[in-house]
Parts: sequence; structure tokens; C-alpha cells
Amino acid sequence: MNLLWLIPAFPIAGFLFLALAGTRLSRRAVSIVGAGSVGLSALVSLWIAGQFFVSPPAGYAYTQTIWNWLDVGSLHLPIAFYLDPLSLIMTLVVTCVGFLIHVYSAGYMSEDEDISRFFAYMNLFVASMVTLLLASNLVLLLLGWEGVGLCSYLLIGFWYRDPANGYAGRKAFIVTRVGDTSMLIGLFLLYRHLGTLDIQTLMARAAHQWPVGSPLAVAAGLLLLGGAVGKSAQLPLQTWLPDAMAGPTPTSALIHAATMVTAGVYLIARMHVIYQLAPSAQFTVGVVGAATLTLAGFSALTQPDIKRALAYSTVSQIGYMFLALGVGAWSAAIFHFMTHAFFKALLFLGAGMIIESLHHEQNMFKMGGLRKELPVVFWTFLIAGCALAGVPLVTAGFYSKGLIVWQAEASSAGRWGFWLVAVFGVFLTSAYTFRIIFLTFFGEAKSHVHKRPGLAMTVPCIVLAVLSLVGGFVKTPEFLGNIHLFTDFLHHALPPVAVAHARAMSELASEGWVTLALIVGFAVAYFCYIERPEFTASLTRSALGNALHRFWKSDWGMDWLYDRLLVWPVMWFARVDAGDAVDSIYTGIARLCEWFYQGVRRTETGQIRWYAAAIAFGTLIFVAVVLFL
Amino acid sequence: MNILFYVASAVAIIATFLMLTRMNAVHALLYLIVSLLAVALVFYTLGAPFVAALEIIIYAGAIMVLFVFVVMMLNLGRAAEAQEREWQRPSLWVGPSVLAVVLIAEVIYVLTHADTRMFGAEVVGPHQVAQSLFGPYLIGVELASMLLLGGLVGAFHLGRRLEEKR
Amino acid sequence: MATVPMMHALLLAGILFALGLVGLLTRRNILFILMSLEVMLNAAGLAFVAAGARWGQADGQVVFIFILTMAAAEVAVGLALVLRMYHRTKTLDADRASEMKG
Repeated sequence: MNLLWLIPAFPIAGFLFLALAGTRLSRRAVSIVGAGSVGLSALVSLWIAGQFFVSPPAGYAYTQTIWNWLDVGSLHLPIAFYLDPLSLIMTLVVTCVGFLIHVYSAGYMSEDEDISRFFAYMNLFVASMVTLLLASNLVLLLLGWEGVGLCSYLLIGFWYRDPANGYAGRKAFIVTRVGDTSMLIGLFLLYRHLGTLDIQTLMARAAHQWPVGSPLAVAAGLLLLGGAVGKSAQLPLQTWLPDAMAGPTPTSALIHAATMVTAGVYLIARMHVIYQLAPSAQFTVGVVGAATLTLAGFSALTQPDIKRALAYSTVSQIGYMFLALGVGAWSAAIFHFMTHAFFKALLFLGAGMIIESLHHEQNMFKMGGLRKELPVVFWTFLIAGCALAGVPLVTAGFYSKGLIVWQAEASSAGRWGFWLVAVFGVFLTSAYTFRIIFLTFFGEAKSHVHKRPGLAMTVPCIVLAVLSLVGGFVKTPEFLGNIHLFTDFLHHALPPVAVAHARAMSELASEGWVTLALIVGFAVAYFCYIERPEFTASLTRSALGNALHRFWKSDWGMDWLYDRLLVWPVMWFARVDAGDAVDSIYTGIARLCEWFYQGVRRTETGQIRWYAAAIAFGTLIFVAVVLFL
Repeated sequence: MNILFYVASAVAIIATFLMLTRMNAVHALLYLIVSLLAVALVFYTLGAPFVAALEIIIYAGAIMVLFVFVVMMLNLGRAAEAQEREWQRPSLWVGPSVLAVVLIAEVIYVLTHADTRMFGAEVVGPHQVAQSLFGPYLIGVELASMLLLGGLVGAFHLGRRLEEKR
Repeated sequence: MATVPMMHALLLAGILFALGLVGLLTRRNILFILMSLEVMLNAAGLAFVAAGARWGQADGQVVFIFILTMAAAEVAVGLALVLRMYHRTKTLDADRASEMKG
């Protein structure tokens, strides 16, 4: 257990080594260092997880203090890691999935000239993410939070020679900054009123000092929700994630699907006491989740770009997690996070292999018929797609999503509307998932496959495919074996969901509806893209269809709205206000410096006698001052 | 003995002044040597015979010989003298002279407000100087030796590069 | 030995120093500048010796010896530089050596 500090230490060491010496190493050495450091970190976390299961520490929580970071007045901030079931599961998923994606990257990026920079950023990302998860206080958490944001920015703009990539990176950075500002204000508020930033102390004090429904708790909850919304790309700050697909595909898999974007879910789960004290804030979380999952689902249906479609799918699935948090189904949200990390990472890795084998073609309408050409990719992608859609019994997604859908109604904080939206979301998910699969792998081939993925890329995919199948068997519904290993373990850190038995529908009925929605979605996708593609084409050509299609494809016009509402006024004001008083102060300072420089420069004549005269004159003045003053 | 001090002082001042106003480097050097000898005499009258000897041997001897050698190597002729005359316009003397006069005024002001006691008539001989030099000032002697070594290396280096260039 | 006021010896040192300063500032010939420098150093040494004599201590003479050492090293390096400069620019004009001007 006391090896905990090694989990972030290995990636940090890898980052420093690659950043300092990466350009002098061979590509192979860079891959070994980059993937190896995360692999070691994954091994350590597995070892610690084993220890945790076998002999859990007192109270199912272990704190390791590394260093005293800040000690000012009453503010005491150590660099300390806090391990409980919640952070353990998240860390385990991040390091293991991260390791698989690093191995994949070794194959995917092997031709890239900047491979050492890539692995340096990736290692820094893993280190920051683990710091975020293990942080025992909110400031250390914020350090990790901003660290992953920085890595996200760096990796989106990784191919910086194309200005569009840099633009996408800046967009991601600035949009998430809006949320981060809100979160920071939330931290100020918590510190102001509770006097500490240590998470566990904070929770205890909040529960002690604030009554249920206290306005302070609501404010804190909403402000933290703002940060979570920005990081997890939920409504209304979701616009950056689809553009973030400009980065290399392993980045999209690791950062923008499996791990970083779920940091918001982790934050809310970590601060669950605040939300229990603020039912209205928690309800807002649920509403945000429900709204996001439907809107992003519609957008995913209309994207021609395979990565953008997957990005909207990510937004939608995180919407499910928020919905679960909103109804108090904390462990269901974490469960879905885990299975989602498996299958969504796999989907992105598969998409990466498809894109690479088709000369960087991302438009799904130019793919097709890849089932025979890339069998490994097809089967793993199919498994991941089924898990995403939630095909019953055999896939992990079925168990995690089914749990969320049922608890959206059955929980005491649940509502009929939430349940309806969640079931409708299942329909959308199924429709867009099978749309992607049909467009890509079925039909006639439209592009030529010019290279096949190597072992470094297929093996991680196969491992993830197995995980996507069996990852759900740690928590099954009552009527299917009733295993609750996962939730029992998490309940040491998170409160169990309160099921309102009196009015709740049965789990079996809910799962039945989910399955029905899934089949309808599959049927719609089959009809539109296999049976009658010409019908779909004519539908998108009709006036209403075309308008809706464009509206959904542009993410419900959000970018357009933000452009008009925020970007344009600021740009206009900046243009109008280019030479105001504040500006002239700074140019004035610059002028003064230049003027002074010109004056001083004159004295630098290069003639030694002038210098001697200056020294003599200075001496005279000095002596005179000493004598006469 | 007092009269000796004042005469030597006068000689030193006049010789220095003449040195400054010469246009020929060798003439100036000769006046400088006279000035240094006069200062040596002043040292003697102040009861510092050892330093007086050093002044003659090293300053007036070694260092001035070095100057003479350099002047010889440069082989300055009448043209240099004419050049010198052209450089030394009378107006050039005004600024520095004012500075110097102010400096002297300050020195006089200090001296008139300070200790006006007479010197004791005792001689501080080489014995005492040596004991002081190799006693409390030993570190200073070591540092001075390093300085001399530095000067030696520097002069050798600069001279050698000159040889190679030729 | 002489019994003059210390003031007179120090005055002599001051006058010599000021004369050296005038020479340093007015002469353009680098040889004369070095000579003026010698005068100034010598004047400083004289002040030390006079002060040492005032108290009947050897310290003033010790410092003079240090100044002498310094002057010897300075002249050795300085004259080597003069030779190099003359070799390069064919002149002894100190104002011509102004390549470092701002």
C-alpha cells in the first residue's frame, strides 16, 4: 500500500526522461520508455488493488502524505494521496486502459517524427490524471485537473503545422477554462465557509454544518457542477469535444473518451456529500445529463466523420453517467465509467486502425465493406459497438447502462421523465452505433485498404474486447444471478442508492424496455443503411430533413450561437478598444524604456577617457556628499 | 630636514607637471623618473628608508625601463611629436583641470579640518616592515604573488600572439 | 627625521594625484595615459606611507609594497596591450580604440 506514490511517479519520470532526452533515443526506445512507464504504474496499481482486496485498510481508506506543499496560516495543504474504493477503481482503469492505449500508440505513431514528444505528453497526462484521482485535497485535485487540461490541449494540437488543429486545441482549452473558473470559485466558497480543502474533512464539516437544502451547499454544488460540465463536455460546454478529435487517435481514445472527460463524473462522485445536501443541485446534474445524452445522441446520428460520431457518442454516454449521479446512483455512474472506458477506448482504437489503413480517410460514407479486409478490427469493433449499444446478457454495456436506466426511475431521487429519456437514449445509441458499423464494415468497398495493423495495435484491442464482454459481470441485475461485487466494494466510499420500493418499477421490466429500445434502434439503422440507403438519402434531401440534418450535425447550432453571442462581441470590442488608456500606459512604459536606453547608450562612447572622466566626476560628487552632508 | 621635504615636494610637483606637458615620450619619461626620485626622497624624509629604496629600484628602475623599452620598440619619430601636438589642443585642458582643482580643494578642505599634528621623528626600518609583511599580511603577500603570476602569464600571452602573427 | 605636519605630505599626495588625473584625461596617447596612471598610483602609495609614518607603524609601507606589485603587473600587461594595439591600428590614439561603443 505504501507504494502508492509510485503510480504517478513512474509516468512523471517517463515524461521527464522523454522530454529531456527523447530526441536522442531511437523510436523503439521511446516506445519502450513511454509505454513501459505506464505499464509499471499499471502493475503497481494492480498490486495495490490486490492488497486492498485481500487486507483492506481500516475504514477502507488509506492516506499517504508525500510532502508538505503549502502551509500558510490556517491553510495546510500536503501533497497527499487518498486511496479508497472509488479512487482505486478509477486509478486501476486509468492505468490499465492507459497502458493498453500506450502499447497501441507504439504501433500507431511508429512512423511519426515527433514520437518522443507524443509519448512525453501522454505520460504527463497519465501522471496528471492519477494525481487528480488520488488527490486528498481539492488543490492537488485542481493541479491534476489543470494538468490533464494542459495535456489535452497539447495533444489536440499535436500536429501543429495545420492551423486548424491549433485552433481546435485552443477551443478545448478556453471552453474548459470557463468551467474551471466556476470550479475555482466553488473551491473559494468551500474554503471560505468550511475552512479546509481536505476532501474528507470537508465532507464531514459540510454534513455537520449545513442543513439539507442549504443555499450554500446548492451554490457549491452548482459551481462544482460548472467545472465538471466543462471537463466532461456536457451541455452547455460540450462544443469542444468533437473538435478535439483533431488530435492523434490514441489521444482521442485515452483522453477524450476513456479517462479525462470522466473527471467531471469523478469530481461529483467525490463530492457526493455536497450534492446530498443540495437536492436541487443534484437534480440539475440529472437534468444536464438527460439533456446532453439526447442532444448528443441526435448529433451522433448525423455525423459523416467516424471520429466525430464517436465523440458525440462519448458526450452522450457521459450524459448517462451524469444522469446516474443526478439520481444518487453513484456506483452505477462509476460502473458505467468503467465499462465505457473499455468499449469506447476500443471503438476509438478501432477507428484509428480503419483510418490509418484507408489513407487517413475519416468519412464513413467513403468506407464500407471492411468486414472481410480487416477481420480483427471488425470483430473487436463489433464487440465494442454492441457493448456501447448495450446488447443484452453478453456485453458489459448492458449491465452498466441497464443499471442506470432502472435507477433513473427506481431511485428515491429518480423520476419518470429521466427514465423515459434514458430509454430513448438507448434507442439513439443503438441507432447511431449500428449506423457506424453498417456504414464502415458492410456494403460494398469504396476505398482500398493499403496497410494492415500490426500486433502492437491489435493485441490491446483484443484485450479491451475481452474486457468489454466480461467487464460487466461484476454487477448483474437481481434476476440474472444478482452479483453485486462491484457496488458492494464501492459502497465503502459512496452511499448505496436508495431504492423507492413502493413505486419503483421492477428491474426486469426496465431491462425489457431497454432491450426493446435497442432492437428498435438496430432495426432503424438496418433499414436506413442496409435495406434502403436510397430512402435515407432522399430523406436528407427533403427540405425539412435537410434542415434537421444540418441542425443536428452542427450540434444544434451551439457553435453558431456561441460565435454570435460571445466571440463576435468580444472581437468587436477588442477591435474598437485597441488603443485605450490601459494600452497607452504599457506602450508608454515601453517608450520610456526606449528613450532611457537611447540616453544611456550615448554615454557608451567606447572612449576610455570618457569613462575615466566619469569615474573621476563620480568620485568628486561622492566625496563632496560625504564631506558636506 | 624639513627643508629637504619641501624641496623634494616642489621638485616632484614641477617634474610631474613638466611630464604632462611634454610632447616627446622620452622627455616625458625622463621627467617622470625625476618625479619618482623626488618622491623617493620624500619617503626618506618621512622615515621610510626601505620604501624609498624600493621606489628607486622598482619604480624608477624596473618599471620605467619597461616604458623606455616599449618606446624604443614603437620607434616613434618626429611625426609622432607633430601628431601629439595636434592632439593636445589647449581647450582640452580646461575640463580636466577644473576637475583636478575641485579635487584639490576638497583635499585641502579635509586636511584643514583634520589632524594637524607633527610626525614623530622615528624611523620605521626594513626590519619592522618585513615582520609586518610576513606576519599579519602573509595572505596579502600570497595574493600579490598570484597577481604577479597573472601579470606574467598575461604579458607573455599577449606578446606571444604578436610574435606568431608576424 | 623631518617633522612636518602630516597635512603637507597628504597635500603633496593630493596634488600629484590631481596632476595624474589631468594627464589621464587630457592625453590621447595611450603611453601618456599609462604614465599618468603610474603617477596616480604613486601618489596613492605616498598617502599610505605618510599615514603610516604619522603613527610610526609599518602598515603604510606594507600597503605601498602591495601597490608597487600591482603597478608592476599592470604595467607589464598594459604595455603588452599597447604593443598589440599599435601593431593592429598603427596608432597610439586611445580614442581610436572605441569599437565597443554603444
